[in-house]
Amino acid sequence: MILTGMTLLLCLVMIGAALVAILGKGLAVAILATGLVSLVASLLFLILAAPDVAMTEAAIGSGLTTFLFFFVLGRVRGGEHD
Amino acid sequence: MAALLELTGAMLLVVGAFFLLLGGLGLVRMPDLFNRIQAGTKTTTLGTVLSLLGVALMEPQWGWKLLLIALFILFTNPISAQVLARSAHRTGEAKSCKTVVDRLEEDQQA
Amino acid sequence: MVELLLSLAALLIGVALLFALYRFVRGPSPADRVVAFDVMTIIAVTAIALIALLEGRGIYLDVALVYALLSFLGVIVIARYLERGL
Repeated sequence: MILTGMTLLLCLVMIGAALVAILGKGLAVAILATGLVSLVASLLFLILAAPDVAMTEAAIGSGLTTFLFFFVLGRVRGGEHD
Repeated sequence: MAALLELTGAMLLVVGAFFLLLGGLGLVRMPDLFNRIQAGTKTTTLGTVLSLLGVALMEPQWGWKLLLIALFILFTNPISAQVLARSAHRTGEAKSCKTVVDRLEEDQQA
Repeated sequence: MVELLLSLAALLIGVALLFALYRFVRGPSPADRVVAFDVMTIIAVTAIALIALLEGRGIYLDVALVYALLSFLGVIVIARYLERGL
């Protein structure tokens, strides 16, 4: 019962973060929103009783990908056009 | 005894969650970035530590792992807030008109 | 009684998550969004502890440990990026 409500709310937060990733201004905001989607997805994996998948999603999706994108964005900042 | 411990843990969990709610409310209501960092960091640190303490009272055999998580939060959360505030101050983040005291800027000008 | 208190805690955590999401959507500058992201990560640690309590499985707490480490590293990398120093 509690977990069902939590799942619904997490889905809502995930959709909001995905909309920010699509509609937001600037690349940094989009990268942050992608990390947020990964965070909520990992919580959902945890509720679905898959702690190993949740840990991988936390380390790769929310951690490594976000850092890597920010490193690359710092390197290519000179040629930003949008 | 066990029932009392469980009840105390649940109450601590609710108090910690209430502090998290206060942190979110401060994040919405505060006027500029530095106030938001204050509200977001202090309250959520206290709320998380209280919640983890409540969980440790309800399930005593998880104590060591919960203690480790609480120590990580307690050490890293103020550092990250300080680093973020310093970087925002260096890039000239706009302050609200209600923020009147800025000791770092006074120090740099002196 | 305990069940009721746990539902109340879950409700409070959910509302806190929605408040932080509001700041994430509205935030004028990227630094505001970084603050909201950090707060949501910390809230997620509490939510993971609550889920582990509800399911009764201690192995779930490892994910919270990963998040407690990751939020720190993430904020430092992003702060370096915002400072134009990466």
